[in-house]
Amino acid sequence: MLEIKNLHAGVDGKEILKGISLTINPGELHAIMGRNGSGKSTLANVITGRDQYDVTSGSVTYNGVDLLDMPPEDRALAGIFMSFQYPVVIPGVNNTYFLRTSLNAKLKHQGLNEINAADFMRLIREKLKLVNMDEKYLSRAVNDGFSGGEKKRNEILQMLTLEPALSILDETDSGLDIDALKIVAEGVNNFRNSERSFLAITHYQRLLEYMKPDRIHVLIDGKIVKSGDMTLAHELEEKGYSWLES
Amino acid sequence: MDKNQQIIDSAISQEYEYGFTTDIEQETIPPGLNEDVIRLISSKKDEPEWLLDWRLKAYNQWLKMDEPNWSKLNYPNIDFQAISYYAAPKEKEKLKSLDEVDPELLDTYNKLGIPLEEQKMLANVAVDAVFDSVSVTTTFKEELEKHGVIFCSFSEAVHNHPEIIKKYLGSVVPTTDNYFAALNSAVFSDGSFVYIPKGVRCPMELSTYFRINAANTGQFERTLIVADEGSHVSYLEGCTAPMRDENQLHAAVVELVAHKDAEIKYSTVQNWYPGDPKTGKGGIYNFVTKRGTCLEVNSKISWTQVETGSALTWKYPSCILKGDNSIGEFYSVALSNNFQQADTGTKMIHLGKNTKSTIISKGISAGKGQNTYRGGVKIMKGAENARNYSQCDSILIGDECGAHTFPYIDVRNPSAQMEHEASTSRIGEDQLFYCNQRGISTEDAVSMIVNGFCKDVFNELPMEFAVEAQKLMEVSLEGAVG
Ligand SMILES: Nc1ncnc2c1ncn2[C@@H]1O[C@H](COP(=O)(O)OP(=O)(O)OP(=O)(O)O)[C@@H](O)[C@H]1O
Ligand SMILES: [Mg+2]
Repeated sequence: MLEIKNLHAGVDGKEILKGISLTINPGELHAIMGRNGSGKSTLANVITGRDQYDVTSGSVTYNGVDLLDMPPEDRALAGIFMSFQYPVVIPGVNNTYFLRTSLNAKLKHQGLNEINAADFMRLIREKLKLVNMDEKYLSRAVNDGFSGGEKKRNEILQMLTLEPALSILDETDSGLDIDALKIVAEGVNNFRNSERSFLAITHYQRLLEYMKPDRIHVLIDGKIVKSGDMTLAHELEEKGYSWLES
Repeated sequence: MDKNQQIIDSAISQEYEYGFTTDIEQETIPPGLNEDVIRLISSKKDEPEWLLDWRLKAYNQWLKMDEPNWSKLNYPNIDFQAISYYAAPKEKEKLKSLDEVDPELLDTYNKLGIPLEEQKMLANVAVDAVFDSVSVTTTFKEELEKHGVIFCSFSEAVHNHPEIIKKYLGSVVPTTDNYFAALNSAVFSDGSFVYIPKGVRCPMELSTYFRINAANTGQFERTLIVADEGSHVSYLEGCTAPMRDENQLHAAVVELVAHKDAEIKYSTVQNWYPGDPKTGKGGIYNFVTKRGTCLEVNSKISWTQVETGSALTWKYPSCILKGDNSIGEFYSVALSNNFQQADTGTKMIHLGKNTKSTIISKGISAGKGQNTYRGGVKIMKGAENARNYSQCDSILIGDECGAHTFPYIDVRNPSAQMEHEASTSRIGEDQLFYCNQRGISTEDAVSMIVNGFCKDVFNELPMEFAVEAQKLMEVSLEGAVG
């Protein structure tokens, strides 16, 4: 589904990703771990098409299609979703309206009818329950005044509503309290199926315990230096990253 | 970032949709201004002597005045002798019903989406259409007459209701008020008149559409609305003009009078031609004086404006809060895109006790647009317990535009309660990317964010016009994001 080959990318001439190769098949959940500043969010941003990052070489394909030529909204419409490490505040824009606009963009892209306000409310109420979120967040502006954890839950609410094929979760666990983490992880787990793929970026073993990733990759200075299964996560928890540095 | 800038640019460069001209026989007088021109206008309108004298007096006052230069607007001097002061669609006879209106003209109004047709009865909107300088038709006259509401062209009112006109004309905006008001008083050719009798709630929205068609013509209309004791009226004006390379002058005067317990709600959706988006050539110079007096106790005047058009906008709808407990409100959205410049705001003058004013101003700057809020709140000595709340927000799209805020506050009574809030924000790359990542195009994201920004003002508009304003905002912003 997602195939990254020898990807080099950076900002303003400074290389951040230094040759990343990674393949995620349908139904798989991969995790990426790595120090602060190692390039995890950069990878997520390059996959989703943020303009400020320049790809200098390598390729990213999604279901066989070259992603790098597509504008970010087309990548989103093609089924790629990112839960932001730092969700953005949009003052004045109602949270429900935003999400409905987003869903309608997707429905329209798929040649389906847009969803009306009433049907959408019914849908969103169900999704709210899945992340144990109060309805009052619907009437507020997008992420405006939301606490750190509320923002993260709002991201997952969006994911569950938009039903993307590939979800990139950039430190969705950071900022969530213990109970919330469990709820969100369960939400994601219930959402998993044989078609949907995930790339979860995290610093903590706890999330991985819940999510049971198919594969774990360690990113150091823009390169994947080691890949493995859950035992790798345990090893990292114990020893840190320095033993992996060359 | 660059890609976004391109999209912004292409959105801003959206063509003006109302830029067609109507091929219709016009009666225009040659450019130039002198006493004879004023006499000619007055005689064409078959006006009484007193009104001609009033005009001439205004003209002579105007001659002694200087064009104001305190605004932030930047434009070459206007040659007042190069403008024609009267243009009217040639008409054979007085028009009695819509059927008699020139079909070309009706077609124009249809293109503008103006609810002139009877079908709009459903929408409950009575329309007076002012084409160039002359009022062409007023719909629903009979329905309104049943309630005693007078809604007609200004010229008609001069003939049919001279006592009311005489009493109120210039009572809110005196001829000497300012340069453009003086000019308007001298040469105004038509406009709308509304009178709501005691205790009547006007059964429908009243609406005027202004259209400048002829070249080298100024439009100088005058609107007077009088709401008698305990009455209530909601009035909306809309404006468009063809695309022309020359700048055209629009200098209107609007006077509102609210008596005891009366309420006037005045909404404007202004979409005059803003000039060429790439060169800034052409466009309307919009110099307007709008003022209302809350004459007696418990009266209320509320201005709502959505200003998306014009090359220049110079406009400060104001309230004189004379009656005790009277209320003045100003809700404004002003957009300056490309080469547009707007210097707009309000003045709230508190004279009576317990008077209250609210100012909500939303300025949007895009392209090379310059947007200035200029507002004054004056609490006079006798205005015991006056209150004002002002909120001025600006949003910037791109980095070549500007926003400026000039709040003037003058408090002469210590019991006054003043509250002022201001903010400036920019539509950030992070916000646009966030929207993009949710499948929303940059263009849609900008209009969504801008509409969110304007919500408090749009909410003040009558429902269907709010929808119109929202669409207009989208069109005006197209290409605004990169
Ligand atoms: N837009 C940018 N401009 C300049 N430098 C950037 C930009 N984005 C990322 N960087 C730099 O690239 C490096 C990798 O950043 P990135 O955000 O990908 O790290 P990360 O692995 O997600 O870290 P964390 O665990 O703290 O979230 C950092 O040194 C960062 O400062
Ligand atoms: Mg990161």
